Amino acid sequence: MSDKLYKILLLAAALIMPIVCGGVVYALVTDAYDAFEHFGFFKFLTSSEWSYTEGAEQYGALPFITGTLMTTLLALLFCIPFSLPVALFVGEYFKGTKVASVLSTVTDLLAGIPSIIYGLWGFYTLRPLIMALDISPQGSGVLTASLVLAIMIVPYAASLSSEFIKMVPNDLKEGAYSLGATRAEVIRRVVFPVAGSGIFSSYVLAIGRALGETMTVTMLIGNTNNIPDSITSTGNSMASIIANQFGEADDLRLSSLIAIGLILFLITAFINMIGKIMIKRARIA
Amino acid sequence: MDKLKIRNRLAKDKALLWAVCLLAALTAVPLFAILGEVFLRGYDQLSWSFFTESTPTAYKAMKAIEAGEPIPGGIANGIVGTLLMLGMAAVVAIPVGILCGAFLAENSKNRFAQTVSYLTDLLQGTPSVIIGIVVYIWVVVPMKGYSAIAGSVALFIMMLPLIIRSTEETLKILPASLKEAGLALGGNRARVMLKVQLPAAFGGIFTGVLLAISRVIGETAPLMFTALGCSFIRFAVDKPISAVPLLIWEFFNDPNLQELIWGASLFLLLFVLTLNLLSKYLAKKWNQ
Amino acid sequence: MEPVTPILEFNKTCVSYTKQTMAVKYVSAAIDRNSITAIMGPSGCGKSTLLRAVNLMHSLYPNIRVDGEILLNGENILSMEPIDVRRRVGMVFQRPAPFPTMSIYDNVLSGYALNGIRLSKTEKDETVERCLKSVALWDEVKDVLNKKGTFLSGGQQQRLCIARALAMKPDILLMDEPTSALDPIATAHIEELMKELQKDVTILIVTHNMGQAMRISSKSMFMYLGELVEYGDTAMMFSNPSDERTKAYLTGKMG
Repeated sequence: MSDKLYKILLLAAALIMPIVCGGVVYALVTDAYDAFEHFGFFKFLTSSEWSYTEGAEQYGALPFITGTLMTTLLALLFCIPFSLPVALFVGEYFKGTKVASVLSTVTDLLAGIPSIIYGLWGFYTLRPLIMALDISPQGSGVLTASLVLAIMIVPYAASLSSEFIKMVPNDLKEGAYSLGATRAEVIRRVVFPVAGSGIFSSYVLAIGRALGETMTVTMLIGNTNNIPDSITSTGNSMASIIANQFGEADDLRLSSLIAIGLILFLITAFINMIGKIMIKRARIA
Repeated sequence: MDKLKIRNRLAKDKALLWAVCLLAALTAVPLFAILGEVFLRGYDQLSWSFFTESTPTAYKAMKAIEAGEPIPGGIANGIVGTLLMLGMAAVVAIPVGILCGAFLAENSKNRFAQTVSYLTDLLQGTPSVIIGIVVYIWVVVPMKGYSAIAGSVALFIMMLPLIIRSTEETLKILPASLKEAGLALGGNRARVMLKVQLPAAFGGIFTGVLLAISRVIGETAPLMFTALGCSFIRFAVDKPISAVPLLIWEFFNDPNLQELIWGASLFLLLFVLTLNLLSKYLAKKWNQ
Repeated sequence: MEPVTPILEFNKTCVSYTKQTMAVKYVSAAIDRNSITAIMGPSGCGKSTLLRAVNLMHSLYPNIRVDGEILLNGENILSMEPIDVRRRVGMVFQRPAPFPTMSIYDNVLSGYALNGIRLSKTEKDETVERCLKSVALWDEVKDVLNKKGTFLSGGQQQRLCIARALAMKPDILLMDEPTSALDPIATAHIEELMKELQKDVTILIVTHNMGQAMRISSKSMFMYLGELVEYGDTAMMFSNPSDERTKAYLTGKMG
């Protein structure tokens, strides 16, 4: 094979990315166009109406945007108290030991469990528990979905932040110890400030994961098309309304669902881009 | 006073250590809870016929439940569908992904490559349900129907960025001397890549492919809008087809079939986790 | 002359990384107050290991064992709380490593922040000025105290690290090849500085640079393969070493 042919071959393979990504955007935009044109872009974003009575169809994305933001932020909140200790355990306290590698294998496996199985577990184990504890009568809802979502994003947040915690130079830590600091003080005053931007960016990427998580949320959020008025009430996320109704929808409703997909795509793309840029900066520093 | 203060700080230090250990250990609980539940509820459903027979109809299942018998049938249609779609997706995704990864590794500074690299991140971060929508628009609508082809296109798109990244990263960490030595011996770029670099990177690429497969094998949402599902074993690529995660979703929604959930989940879970552990093990072994 | 307790005394000090091998073997020596003592020897001789033992750095790594006694003002530090000992024993490392997230001002005060000791604003200002003056950095940085310490040159960074250690008013200052990462001019600065500091603090310095030992120290130790081969007056040792191994090292016949 000549060098020229080889270069062309590689270039051709690389061209697939712009084609696929361009195709994704093109397909979403053209098929969402109907909904935006019919309701108006901002009206669609801010309307909380979702009714498919023929002739008086009204579709708005607000309940699902709210549902997505609520589940994501709650999941983040529940995730931090576990992912941060895991990151410290693996990246600082037991760095390079057997127990650390066992724990990171465990979190890797958690990351590998398919989301539909998380959904099942949430439905059959966590939901009855929530009902038994009298937290909410129907068991499913924003809270239930967020709890399972939190477990799902712990591995992502933990493994990335432990990477940054590991990179804190030993020189700095020894410097702090030599001044009489305890390990807790070194972690608070040296490790966290130095690894901070990296840790933060790993949570941004974890948010990116949680935003688009579909099956778990669909199985646990309760699937009602209203704006959740509390964390225990039911609702729908952008991904779950799509999963629920895409198969049966046509015309304007289909276009509305695709419009929600486009919004979801843009939000996750934006969050992921910010996360990636921050990670790159943190790695260079 | 000073002594007291020191004792206080040491107590705080110890408290943090214990809190970290406790919370880290708690994180492992869901894994074992999930494994335990799926295993305990699913292991007695696994039998030979579970893997060789197709899903029963809701009517048959209802009859069996009424008669107090175990539900007949299994998930063979799902296994066949999963393997077929995965196979079709992998056959395209592996070569294309490797070539694209090689492109990125060889041209890391050129602007086009940086764009491609950015788009790879973009695609990797795109929620799978959106891939489902897009493939529905691309393939299902023009073909006027759900099909195995549509499902495998969705899997292909999800596998692609994973394979590209692992290829690129593995090639980039190969010592530059390897490539230089190859070129110095008179090989052209293509031959050096084919005979020197790719073989040296084989381990990393292989584990990347395994990981990519384990990531997409459990995907449900994108298949719902593309492959749809089918209650019998089928090899036609232009017709709707089933997959193991689709079956789990079906069982979840059909009260008559609910008993089958756990066997199917156990199978999927074991498959995915084995692939995961295997890739981790191989990565470690080949790194040495 | 009446006998005084030496500020620091090694008594059969041993350090081992594994069960079989000892990095430091039965070192016994007493260090004079307000002096500069140099520890020399070929690389791998255990000189850094011995120095780090004084700051109980080894207790950070679970598999390292320190045996024997190390007496600070007559008290065995091996049975004391590390965080207590380290406050009284300052340490300066090979590579200057000011805390990158802290300003120059905060870097000087980092020991207090790390130990959770609160100071008033005037105490802080006073400490920062005193310490930066004593490392001859004050004039260079007094207008940029709120900038990050990492913007300084290598030599300035190292002086900042010395100031950071001095801020805790240590009894003794350990320096682990503090100039090996610096250029000759910065090295000369630091050496000059050490001679000044000697009035207030006892300095124990590890160096692989014989010239440096000769220029600054009053007493020197020569270590070889973990053993303390010779300990005495620097001038004496350089002119008339009593041990063959010392002689070989000083005349450049040994690594």
